[in-house]
Amino acid sequence: MSVPRFWRRLKNVYNLIGTQCENCGMYYYPPRSLCPKCRRSSLIIPFKFKGEGEVLTYTIVHSATKDFEKHVPYILAIIKLNEGPNLTSQVICSPEEIHIGMKVKSVFRKLGEESEKGMIYYGTKFVPLLNHSGK
Amino acid sequence: MRDVAIIGVGCTEFGELWEKSFRELFVEAGVSAIQDANIQGGKIDALFVGNMSGGRFIEQEHLGALIADYSGLASLHIASTRVEAACASGGLALRQGIIAVASGYHDIVIAGGAEKMTDVDVETTTHALTAAADREWEGVMGATFPGLYAMIARLHMHRYGTTQEQLASVAVKNHHNGSMNPKAQFQNEISIDAVLNSIMVADPLHVFDCSPITDGAAAVVLAPADVAKKYTDTPIYVKASAQASGTLSLHDRPDITTLDATVAAGNRAYRMAGLSPKDIDFAEVHDCFTIAEICALEDLGFVKKGEGGKATESGMTAIGGEIPINPSGGLKACGHPVGATGVKQAVEIVLQLRGEAGKREIAGAEIGLTHNVGGSGGTAVVHIFGRER
Ligand SMILES: [Zn+2]
Repeated sequence: MSVPRFWRRLKNVYNLIGTQCENCGMYYYPPRSLCPKCRRSSLIIPFKFKGEGEVLTYTIVHSATKDFEKHVPYILAIIKLNEGPNLTSQVICSPEEIHIGMKVKSVFRKLGEESEKGMIYYGTKFVPLLNHSGK
Repeated sequence: MRDVAIIGVGCTEFGELWEKSFRELFVEAGVSAIQDANIQGGKIDALFVGNMSGGRFIEQEHLGALIADYSGLASLHIASTRVEAACASGGLALRQGIIAVASGYHDIVIAGGAEKMTDVDVETTTHALTAAADREWEGVMGATFPGLYAMIARLHMHRYGTTQEQLASVAVKNHHNGSMNPKAQFQNEISIDAVLNSIMVADPLHVFDCSPITDGAAAVVLAPADVAKKYTDTPIYVKASAQASGTLSLHDRPDITTLDATVAAGNRAYRMAGLSPKDIDFAEVHDCFTIAEICALEDLGFVKKGEGGKATESGMTAIGGEIPINPSGGLKACGHPVGATGVKQAVEIVLQLRGEAGKREIAGAEIGLTHNVGGSGGTAVVHIFGRER
């Protein structure tokens, strides 16, 4: 992805900032400039998500694209945020630990790097909400 | 609106065709469709070219003009349009062709699709295909297409008790069908164990759960139904052409295990044709991954939600079963040149309905359905064809 294209969405990616529709109250992450429910763009405001949710489904990726080949195997998941919306991200835990319904929270991590340009992506990943010692 | 018929079909062999270029593939499929329809090139009014990613695979855009030129139709200045909807590009090119004839804008139209995927290395191909998902919110997080469909499979297994063996039974059946298709990329039988023991790509999907990287092209000739018999004794009639969109990202889908664009396109097609799932004799569905065929069975209404795995394992979808699915071998065994797939599905339906499908012929079939999906379900295209108008 080009540098301007990545920078444009930095604040959303780094801080889990999405949007909320002031008209119907729905939360959106990734952010949207138009509420798909109301289809009115003027009433959309930024919203910072708490970053807690649960694993809706997951996979362990063994074969990746160039940007991620150094990171295999990694856990890719769809996370349901407590505020409502779902997003795609990675979960950092052991393959034995990951399961549907697992409670997770967001952390700031390196996402990947572009092989040709050497650009490194940072962004939000998720970790188990309760660590082992905290039990 | 006029009724539309397919009066000719053509298809290249599918596979890693290193000796053939993109333009040669399309021209080969187009010319065999024109010869099959027994028409002169000068009769053709318009051309629709389904293609996903010429820009990335062969660094070539402006494919409408390229194909018109190399088909010898540029001197006639015919209208030529490239159509893109990721892996549903072919199905959508077919639909655009049908609409063009149905509306009366054009009479004789070629709708085709082609993809040349093996001119670049596998990583580049994988990266290009990932552009069918949301680059900014899926791809950049490490999502791959096998990864997205693996997440559908994982939840389907969790919720409905679908097993890896049931997933594998889709691949086994489609390889069996492919073994009877001389154009298929894979014409070998495989076993459940072979699927389960193949390399893991994205858990729970093994490499044999995935459709391959393929070069190939397919084309059909469309005409108004009223004049179709002038060209052929066995026109195949378009009974419905439907298209629906869904969210681009899998995570935004109301139900991760349902491609709701497929449900919508299917319902529109059934309504248009005045038919129900029970009336369909066989179908070519979008099995880009084994789980995708299971979801398609459910989302098209052939079985209840959650029962697609069991149905496949029971033999219901085999040739000779209650509703044969993917007699061509599907994307899995026949191959998946993404822009060509949706058109190849229609070619298979036509061959079957004409009784020209050889060893894989479904005896007595009258009505066939095609189902072509873009990405993880952002686009779905469903067509229904019949021997009778
Ligand atoms: Zn709203």
